[in-house]
Amino acid sequence: MAIELNFTIEGGDFSNAGKASSKIKKVLKQLNIEAKIIKKIVVAVYEAEVNVAAHAYSGNVKALVGENDVVVMVSDSGPGIENVELAMKEGYSTASKEVREMGFGAGMGLANIKRNTDELKIETKVGEGTTVTFSLNYS
Amino acid sequence: MKINEIIEKINARAATSLPEEDFELEKAFSSDLMSDVLTLEEENILLITGLANVQLIRTAEMANIDVVVLARGKKASPEMVELASENGLVILETPFSIYKTSGILYSNGLKPVY
Ligand SMILES: Nc1ncnc2c1ncn2[C@@H]1O[C@H](COP(=O)(O)OP(=O)(O)O)[C@@H](O)[C@H]1O
Ligand SMILES: [Mg+2]
Repeated sequence: MAIELNFTIEGGDFSNAGKASSKIKKVLKQLNIEAKIIKKIVVAVYEAEVNVAAHAYSGNVKALVGENDVVVMVSDSGPGIENVELAMKEGYSTASKEVREMGFGAGMGLANIKRNTDELKIETKVGEGTTVTFSLNYS
Repeated sequence: MKINEIIEKINARAATSLPEEDFELEKAFSSDLMSDVLTLEEENILLITGLANVQLIRTAEMANIDVVVLARGKKASPEMVELASENGLVILETPFSIYKTSGILYSNGLKPVY
């Protein structure tokens, strides 16, 4: 049986970005998952949360914590991504000056999500929004 | 280096309560770029930074960082202290610059991550 966790995120709300990853971290810890694995998944979730805060209008995080793996889906309504291949490139960023001043917007987020997970899928529609789905096996 | 030794060498003030039992830190990293910190594989390190916001504390939480040092007189906000305390993260405030803080800790044996 998988544990399902749901969270909402607002665009621009950086102080709440991190609530989902923080809660997921606590749940995985209770399940005695290895610290290195937990770090990989929560870093990925945090990057995805920051992307909603930085680039979209509003969104939600859904995490399915199973016996052998965790699957995370981060969906937003927002501008969407015109060129996913370009967005995946390390260093490419459209982040605002404000986002950069907070220490983000170096264009490393999506690449970092990919590095830390087994599977990553990005579905996006310009003018509508983006869904980033990723999973990590820990068995 | 032990936390108490670090505090003494960089004239720091602890913004959070310190762990009951002092512990040893082996490595440190200096950065203002949270995206970069989030790519580190090394854990249980000390982070020296010029930033002082809630995202810094969240980043430290996700990256399993044990101590953050706010350089050049930056102060931790009550929100930062609360979030750090919830997660057992230590925040230190030093009047020294990132350069000076890094130099002192490096020469006292705190190793670099890279
Ligand atoms: N949820 C999203 N909605 C719209 N655009 C996005 C989203 N996530 C990422 N992007 C686009 O992809 C780029 C690269 O993302 P990322 O690698 O996380 O770097 P950064 O967030 O630092 O810019 C962003 O600058 C933005 O243009
Ligand atoms: Mg990003």
